[in-house]
Amino acid sequence: MKPLWHKLTEMIGRTQKVWYVALLILVLVFPGMTTSYWTDVAFFFGLYILLGLSLNIIVGYAGLFNLGHAAFYAVGAYTTAILNTVLGIPVLYLLPISALAAAFFAYLITKPILHLRGDYLAIVTIGFAEIVRISLINNIGGLTGGPNGLLGISRPELFGMRLYTPTHFYYLVWFLVIMVILAMVRLEDSRLGRAWNYVREDELAAEAMGIDATRTKMLAFVVGSALAGVAGNIYAAKMTMIAPESFGFWESVVIFSIVILGGMGSIPGVVVGAFGMVVWPEIFRGFAEARMLIFGAAMVLMMLFRPQGLWPSPRARRAMESQKKSRPSAKAGTA
Amino acid sequence: MTLLQVRDLSKSFGGLRAVNDVSFEINKGEILGLIGPNGAGKTTVFNLITGIYRPDTGQVMLASDNLVGLRPNAITKKGIARTFQTLRLFPNMTVWENVMAGRHVRTRAGFWLGVFKFKSEREEEKHIRETSIEYLKLVGLEHLKDELAKSLPYGDQRKLEIARALATEPKLVILDEPAGGLNDQESWELVELMRKVRDMGVTILLIEHDMEVVMNISDRIVVLDNGEKIAEGTPEAIQQDSRVIEAYLGKEEEESSWHF
Repeated sequence: MKPLWHKLTEMIGRTQKVWYVALLILVLVFPGMTTSYWTDVAFFFGLYILLGLSLNIIVGYAGLFNLGHAAFYAVGAYTTAILNTVLGIPVLYLLPISALAAAFFAYLITKPILHLRGDYLAIVTIGFAEIVRISLINNIGGLTGGPNGLLGISRPELFGMRLYTPTHFYYLVWFLVIMVILAMVRLEDSRLGRAWNYVREDELAAEAMGIDATRTKMLAFVVGSALAGVAGNIYAAKMTMIAPESFGFWESVVIFSIVILGGMGSIPGVVVGAFGMVVWPEIFRGFAEARMLIFGAAMVLMMLFRPQGLWPSPRARRAMESQKKSRPSAKAGTA
Repeated sequence: MTLLQVRDLSKSFGGLRAVNDVSFEINKGEILGLIGPNGAGKTTVFNLITGIYRPDTGQVMLASDNLVGLRPNAITKKGIARTFQTLRLFPNMTVWENVMAGRHVRTRAGFWLGVFKFKSEREEEKHIRETSIEYLKLVGLEHLKDELAKSLPYGDQRKLEIARALATEPKLVILDEPAGGLNDQESWELVELMRKVRDMGVTILLIEHDMEVVMNISDRIVVLDNGEKIAEGTPEAIQQDSRVIEAYLGKEEEESSWHF
């Protein structure tokens, strides 16, 4: 039994590598195979993978229901837009600064709410995100441009090359996606990654083990928001104009759905989820009017039949399986 | 030498005085049993020591540090680890990962090291994994290291909690009814394990209902009733103490469980 099992996992492991290489090649050659329209779609696919991965840290790893993620995305985008249009700082220099700004903002607003659990936290994050959106509409400090937003963000320059075509941005975002995925894979298997899991599983037990649960949850918000800030910077650079309406509640719902649809805590899940939320609707643009209906129905069906997500993390998959297995025998055990 | 000193500890919940002016000491290297009828305030004392509750009055001193007001994780870092009366493992994580949680407080790597995996991080990870295995060996669960914690039999889950607590390298480990729900065989394995732990130099505070276990292993016993300390002494002295007998036997028909 066991050797066979080993052989099987080995085989899957080997084919997995082949798959990764194939996917990497596909990512590299994709813009050459298609129109600039689909290159743009692929750019947004990558951008939403970044956003999904960033929320996955908060929701998937640490188990904190954040339904206001668009706020951190907005902070990143507006930091880039304001500093670029007012001070003329090159957009790509603003990438780490936008990440820091979003992280700092997350640090400030989550500090008082981290002790909230589950749905309470979700409601407060919705509230914060609305405050951000409404503040942007009301042109706070005369910097955000009100409902019209900010125009004239300059194009990024990389090694003296101006990035402006869909293909340029496509490569920029997918380079980041690959880097971030590599970082996430490592983080999952690190001391901090485990700490997030411990806190999600049982906060009190984690504290009894000496893990500072408040700090650990804060770090999830800070790291996740920094990454959302990066996505905001790329978005601002790509669009050259941003407006508050791009960062509304619906945006938060889309990012949240990406994480839930794919499977909480799962990196491939985020990719699948972003595909479902961003690329799928483009493919079915012909049915534009029925799209939301189909989307809603798909969500309901999924929650009924596949609550763990389309591509659950190995951990979630195992937990699910052992639950199924133990259900009949658990009764016998306690009797 | 005194390791932990509890001084004049009181705690009320609304009108109920759960713990009233309780004082006792735990000496380094001993096993102290804390017993008392249901509702005597044992678990409250426990939660006061570990920082889950904040006492109304009184002090908890570990060596020369006052622990009152510290958060539970800070108290664990100072060297007090605990298990839970109702098991609180990380159910969907592996046995190994559960023990690694205990190593968290004695290791350092944060976000950047986790992402970049420098040599120091890789060495620390190796250290975490290896030492965790040692603790699993101690309780005899290393062959189950890759199982999910929730799939373990009840007795093994108890052992896993103890391994996880020991992995924090505590000076004092507090066991909250570790024999609860165990059969005789498992209870005796537990007694053996506690002796082994004490011989490693870890002091034990034991809250336990199973009198056989307590009388067998404790060096000294503190008895609580209605939130007050009513007796303290060796197991032999406690068995003859009239107030203890009254508190236990006067009210309850549990004579049959008192085999000395």
